[in-house]
Amino acid sequence: MKHGLLLHEHDDDVGVAVMDLKKGSTVGAVTLEGKPVGKIKLLNDVPLGHKAAMRDLVKDKPVNKYGRPIGKAVAAIKKGDWVHTHNVKTLRWSV
Amino acid sequence: MIDPKKMKLTGFRRADGRFGIRNHVLILPVDDISNAAAEGVAALIRGTMALPHAYGRLQFGEDLELTFRTLAGTGRNPNIAACIVIGIEPKWTARIVDEIKKTGKPVAGFHIERFGDLKTIEMASRKAKEFVQYASELQREPFSINKLVMSTKCGESDTTTGLSSCPTVGRVFERLEKAGATMIFGETSELTGGEDIIQSKFVNKKGLEDFNAMFTDYTNLIKGQGVDLLGSQPTEGNIRGGLTTIEEKAMGNIQKAGRCKIQSALQPAFEPKGPGLHFMDSSSAAAEMVTLCAAGGSVVHYFPTGQGNVIGNPICPVIKLSGNPLTLETMSEHIDVDVTGMLRVEMTLDQAADHAMDVLQRTINGRLTAAEALRHDEYSITKLYRSA
Repeated sequence: MKHGLLLHEHDDDVGVAVMDLKKGSTVGAVTLEGKPVGKIKLLNDVPLGHKAAMRDLVKDKPVNKYGRPIGKAVAAIKKGDWVHTHNVKTLRWSV
Repeated sequence: MIDPKKMKLTGFRRADGRFGIRNHVLILPVDDISNAAAEGVAALIRGTMALPHAYGRLQFGEDLELTFRTLAGTGRNPNIAACIVIGIEPKWTARIVDEIKKTGKPVAGFHIERFGDLKTIEMASRKAKEFVQYASELQREPFSINKLVMSTKCGESDTTTGLSSCPTVGRVFERLEKAGATMIFGETSELTGGEDIIQSKFVNKKGLEDFNAMFTDYTNLIKGQGVDLLGSQPTEGNIRGGLTTIEEKAMGNIQKAGRCKIQSALQPAFEPKGPGLHFMDSSSAAAEMVTLCAAGGSVVHYFPTGQGNVIGNPICPVIKLSGNPLTLETMSEHIDVDVTGMLRVEMTLDQAADHAMDVLQRTINGRLTAAEALRHDEYSITKLYRSA
């Protein structure tokens, strides 16, 4: 396996770790069709199935996966950051 | 690529023309207090199966109708050769019996009051013995894919389900749609964030309006509780697996519909009228959802899982698909279709769909699923509100 991150769409803001990824390592990202999307240096450990940021993301802006928003950033996110419930929240059902 | 029309399928032709892929004799309690008698019969007569459950007393209105429809639909399911119904009193027992009788299959009702459990068990067991001997002589015969009614629902989803196992089901369903099969999916609350995609798939206005009413109802129920669903939707299992928001979960979930059109929006436990993909209003809780699909006539179920939901159903074989390598490594005994190759980009979507269809064909022809072998017989009636 030559890649560490898998993307639904080429321009998605996040990629999914296909194995446990270590902080400081540089991994390749590809789309589901196997098209390369570049390399990312990880700023945190990213466990299998969790997401890493493909680019810097601005607080309060939508985060795209599947080519559409899956929530919004609730903190500034750096390229290579682990992206999960601590820095992205739903745009729905908010109370 | 496997052509569904060339699949070699065998099943049990029932009197109403539908085909079952299993041949159970069911002992169905109408209510919780009749579980003991139903289990008594199943303990005595080889080849019967009791379905104990928690409800059936003091329910009313829409909630009662759904319980009746679920119980009757379970007995009506083509995987059932014959059915014994046992209730505490005769009237509600007869309601279930009468609905099952419409299929033309052998069915008999018994009630406990004025007999007691022991006499009821004796009478019902004599009939059950007759039914088992009848069922044991039925033979499988070939049937074509357009006679197949199946369902799907995913569980313990994670990011790998959206990348692999859910789109695999979607690709199979696209092929089955073309071949004239009937499919059911649902999970109303789990469409949140992708509902516009579902809305765009309805073939007519009636279906879309029915869907919108169901979706609004669920959204209002959730809003009405005034709570944050994080921890429930997504579940703690979803979050552990990397899913962050309901929108992300929904986008994974709806991959199961592929590029299929949606023919209708069904109330829970209703049988679809006609081929193609149908939406069924339903909870996303696995056992409840599969029970509703089975009551709607589904004879086999595709269940994509990420973190490893272990669910099965007593009457509708559940085929599990997973693309999560950790799940395959740690709990492979639960998984029927391994699509981990998709994450490694070594297996294409069409190859994964072929693998899933091969297992589907073998399951239809009698191979036990992992859940069947492991005795995962979860039967859960959906309760809409508290009883009177």
